[in-house]
Amino acid sequence: MKLKAPDRITFSHFSFCPGCGHGVAGRLIAEVAEEMGVANELITVVDVACGSMHMNDWYFDTVMAAHGRTLVTAIGLKKARQDNPVLAYYGDGAAYAIGMAETMHAGIRNENVIAIVVNNAIYGMTGGQMAPTTLPGQKTTSSPMGKDEVRFGMPFKIEDAFSGFDIPYLARGALVGAGNVTRAKKMIKKAFEKHLNNEGLCYVELLSPCPTNWNMEPVDSKKFLLEEMTKHFPLGEFKGGDVK
Amino acid sequence: MSERVLMKGNEALAEAALRAGCRFFAGYPITPQTEILEYLSWRMDEVGGSYTQAESELAAINMVYGAAAGGARALTTSSGPGFSLKQEGISYLCGSDLPAVIVNVMRVGSGLGNIFQGQGDYWQMTRGGGHGDYRTIVLAPNSAQENADLMYIAFDLAEKYKHPVLIASDAAIGQSIEAVELPEFKEHDLNRYDWAVRGAKMDEKRRMVKNVFYEMGEPYEDYLRDKYAQIEAEEPELVLVAFGISSRVSEEAVEGARAKGLKVGLIRPITLWPFPVKAFEEAKNAKAYLTNEMNLLGQTMDDIRLATGCSVPVYHSGSIFAITDTNDLIARIEEVMEEVKGGGQ
Repeated sequence: MKLKAPDRITFSHFSFCPGCGHGVAGRLIAEVAEEMGVANELITVVDVACGSMHMNDWYFDTVMAAHGRTLVTAIGLKKARQDNPVLAYYGDGAAYAIGMAETMHAGIRNENVIAIVVNNAIYGMTGGQMAPTTLPGQKTTSSPMGKDEVRFGMPFKIEDAFSGFDIPYLARGALVGAGNVTRAKKMIKKAFEKHLNNEGLCYVELLSPCPTNWNMEPVDSKKFLLEEMTKHFPLGEFKGGDVK
Repeated sequence: MSERVLMKGNEALAEAALRAGCRFFAGYPITPQTEILEYLSWRMDEVGGSYTQAESELAAINMVYGAAAGGARALTTSSGPGFSLKQEGISYLCGSDLPAVIVNVMRVGSGLGNIFQGQGDYWQMTRGGGHGDYRTIVLAPNSAQENADLMYIAFDLAEKYKHPVLIASDAAIGQSIEAVELPEFKEHDLNRYDWAVRGAKMDEKRRMVKNVFYEMGEPYEDYLRDKYAQIEAEEPELVLVAFGISSRVSEEAVEGARAKGLKVGLIRPITLWPFPVKAFEEAKNAKAYLTNEMNLLGQTMDDIRLATGCSVPVYHSGSIFAITDTNDLIARIEEVMEEVKGGGQ
């Protein structure tokens, strides 16, 4: 078996930490864009945090949005250029804290973009602070004694918030383990298919380890993700799915 | 052939935007701006553009950021508190060298203020308003006609400098119904400029819209200085002393004062930033300046002092809640002239 990186990954600026899921997610998106024959037309929109570094290692026309406004910037771009597929790529802090209003209203209006949200349960770029996705008891730099879920709330689950919305696709995958990565790619592909079919908001959340800010070895962080994170963030498809 | 119609100032602005080739609007209701949004909610469909009532002004300005990155002539409009919410987005437009037009139909007061006409956003609009080392081109119409005229040229200016252009309209202009001559329809091509994202083949240079200094590094310093020097070199030819709606009552007051034999003139800045310094250089005989504006702090006074090198005193005639009455303004003119004769400030 010969492994080959997608043409759309440049290897010029790769700067993610060892064990991080962003690199895998970026590769999967590039692979899907190429396999579906839309790499020449795809426009990506990134946030300002860790995920923005894909701006350099992807070879796509790309816009860097303000923090938390990635999805809504992508929406504006898609409305202006309806012939281009448009993908927004950002993290759980952008999606579920500062950009929560934009997340919810994209669902309410069923906006026609692909949303890929990388959930690592903390703020990565700023050094590992508590997020709305942080697990109960999880230690972060802004919850050093462990997150008190009574004061700060249980981890936010998009499938609950979007339960009443009529969007074509909503799924959660994980960026660790061959089986999960294969399924995550199928989810991304499904999102692209429905987006190209102009069905509306195609939303894939991807769980990612953050060994640096979780203060764990990469192998331990994968174990933490699969054993602890998935208790709160079940993997699977919640709307419009048939990925095995 | 241009058409002459009776229109609200807000609607004239909205129609002129479409005629200038604007095919993207996102906004949020706030008085006294709302007629722009309401008008475009049906009119944008007629011309085949994209209209969105966004969940907030934050969402609207960031949709504009995305649409502008895609090469569209993108517009958002608001007033006072809503305009404040757009400042981060305006700063991003400046940082990323993107053209867009943002309209502030000014109302009175800080905080919630109220929905009456005001000119208290002069500082916010001419000084930047958001974070970072930037200023924006600001145009100040004084009638429904000028709402249309300045809106019509705003995208050209924005694209010329790859920079946002702000329009400082207000409630009185926006709500007044006046005769307006509407301009011709212009077409705009999304791919007119190479910087607009559109998708990249592997053998072509991809486009990245992000803060310009990430790519440029140190030369950014000279680049930014040059950019603003170029913008400032553009001096408007038509200049008077009160801006926007206040200039209309000022015109009346000047006529009234002249009828009384007083030697009074008028400078009316249409471009608020860059401030029309040359107009002040040409007023060589001026012994004092009197600003008439709908705010209490006399927000244009500093710019007049800068433009004149503090060579003569600057007085202020201000009001909020209402446009100054012509006779009150004439009385203030007389009062100031007496004071200057008697030795001045």
